[in-house]
Amino acid sequence: MEKYAIYVPRLIQRKEKFAPGHRACIGCGEALAVRLAFKAMGNNVIVANATGCMEIVASQIPYTTWHLPWIHTLFENQAAVASGIEAAYKAMKRKGMAVPADTKVVAMAGDGGTSDIGLQALSGALERGHDFTYLCFDNEAYMNTGIQRSSATPFGAMTTTSPPGKNSIGQFSWKKNMPEIAAAHNIPYVATACHSYPFDLMDKVARGVNTPGPAYIHILSVCPTGWRSPTDTVIKLGRLAVETGMFPLYEVENGRYKMSLKMPQLRPVKDYLKLQGRFRHLSDDTIGVIQERVEEEYNKLLEKAKDGSKRARSKSRTGSAKVSA
Amino acid sequence: MTTRVGIEVSIAIADAVKMANADVVAAYPITPQTHIVEHLAELVANGELDAEYIPVESEHSAMSACLGSSATGARTFTATAGQGLELMHEVLYVASSMRLPVVMAVANRALSSPLSVWGDHSDMMAVRDTGWIQIVVENGQQAVDNIICAFRIAEDKRVLLPVMVHLDGFYLTHVIEPITFPEQSDVDRFLPPNKYPLPLNPDKPVAMGDFGPPAIYTEAKWAQEVQLRASKDVVLECWDEFGRAFGRQYCPVEKYHSDGAKVLLLTMGCFSETAMVAVDNMRKEGKDIGLVRLRLWRPFPFEEFRQAVKDADVLIVLDRAISFGGPGGAVASELKAALYNQDKKPEVVSFVGGLGGRDITEAGFEDIINRGIEITRTGSKNEYEIYGVRE
Repeated sequence: MEKYAIYVPRLIQRKEKFAPGHRACIGCGEALAVRLAFKAMGNNVIVANATGCMEIVASQIPYTTWHLPWIHTLFENQAAVASGIEAAYKAMKRKGMAVPADTKVVAMAGDGGTSDIGLQALSGALERGHDFTYLCFDNEAYMNTGIQRSSATPFGAMTTTSPPGKNSIGQFSWKKNMPEIAAAHNIPYVATACHSYPFDLMDKVARGVNTPGPAYIHILSVCPTGWRSPTDTVIKLGRLAVETGMFPLYEVENGRYKMSLKMPQLRPVKDYLKLQGRFRHLSDDTIGVIQERVEEEYNKLLEKAKDGSKRARSKSRTGSAKVSA
Repeated sequence: MTTRVGIEVSIAIADAVKMANADVVAAYPITPQTHIVEHLAELVANGELDAEYIPVESEHSAMSACLGSSATGARTFTATAGQGLELMHEVLYVASSMRLPVVMAVANRALSSPLSVWGDHSDMMAVRDTGWIQIVVENGQQAVDNIICAFRIAEDKRVLLPVMVHLDGFYLTHVIEPITFPEQSDVDRFLPPNKYPLPLNPDKPVAMGDFGPPAIYTEAKWAQEVQLRASKDVVLECWDEFGRAFGRQYCPVEKYHSDGAKVLLLTMGCFSETAMVAVDNMRKEGKDIGLVRLRLWRPFPFEEFRQAVKDADVLIVLDRAISFGGPGGAVASELKAALYNQDKKPEVVSFVGGLGGRDITEAGFEDIINRGIEITRTGSKNEYEIYGVRE
């Protein structure tokens, strides 16, 4: 983080790899995250993109937003496609065929393409140890198809397939912990990032891309359309997700956990939830349950990171808050 | 000097891929394809084939890895069977639509359920609309020759389409046959290096796989269709040149005593060799029977097929897959369609048999032919007959 913060004007490329003119919604956090991520690497990159928002907004025959060699095939297979690209370059280089040296392979997908339908292909590619970087742009639902819940949708959130109602509080399950799943593959580099911390994001992407072997970076990307939040709160919401502990920023380098930010105290999750229409229906009791869970997970993470920060403990801890709408 | 050796057909296919000097093999094991990929893994492990072997976690990823690899311009091979081909299904469309010259051996296998590892053509028929070139072989020699041809056809700039080489599971994959291997230098002359025109390369960025709105989708699909149909000329050219270089000639519709015969049997795959014996037996008895076999399933060889059956009165077709609730076997159905607007055409009688590894013997083929002739006289209330079923 320090590196970019100091040298940013000189170090960041002016050239856009993900150029203007795409069709993302107003205030799209994901488009911002993609733009930043690809500024953190050179031009010697091949991108394998899953079906999803970023594929749809960036491509339509005969146009493209990309200034890098880019391939989109299907929804669930980008890690496998990236495996093929990486293996092909390895073979062709070894056999003396004319391909550029040190080409980096980057796979990218949304949370659905990563934690649901693409999880098998991703797990296979991580396990096989391909030298590639996987970027998950997590906007916490299937936004491209109209805001349906995914396994990355947070507990209680309203989506079109997890609507709150008499018998429903909204999303009934807890957000799948994808970075932990990636880390469980014992790959050299795993990190979480958010567009609201641009230098941190770029540093992590650069580190991932330059790490030999597989790297996985999970990037929270605020989606005003799906989160039912004003477009001018995109950056703020990303910060609040981190400051409340709902989306902690950390790295796992060769199995060693490291928190990216020192936070003396977590803000209450309510500060984050109340700005978003998708959580509007939640009762204080439910918010209490979320608060407890977030603290529990955050403390677990601090333990893993052997981080000396003060453990989270909310004042309003009830221990038996009832889950209800 | 060529060498003739006794060798398991699966092993021979892997050796053919080695002779083609593939760069990437991505594969997932499935019976009865396993011996092909096992031997490829061995060749790579021993350094006999300088390639990357990607042991993927599913067939879906096998074909997906092939997309990525092929898009960089690397020569790419995989093999699968039955359920594996079905799991690849949506990826197959992408390979052909994006014009990626992947070569795949398919050890034809029945589809679940009930689970069956044994052979029939259900898998091959289920992927006939995926836009791949589909070549069907009957013995080990044809398999080896056509794997080499497949790379040349697929990577030809006039084609740039993926190719499946179909061989029957177990009946062909697991038998030991005498196979003549060409000299490596001759293969190198016959099969030029892969020069994919617009590969994924940072020196010259391209975007592959954009989405197509209604204003362009029809044109994209039509371009693909025109290309697949046009590929037939290149397939024929390749087979002719192969014939000149190696002395074995392949045709889209192979004929056996069929010229002038009034009754024709049509088969695909290795059962054809049994059918030949049945035809021999019946001809010895003075019956006017011939055999035609489809070698090229896609693009469908309309002209050659119509030509081959034009003088016959009866065409008996054996399908090894059921098109459930439909007109019978997929092959018979397509052949009928191909003949429909012809002035002179044989009566088509459709049989389905040989499902899930059920053998059809010489006597069986004689039964089918006799029953077929009978049906043309007496008629049948069924769209097709199923051969050898216990009811």
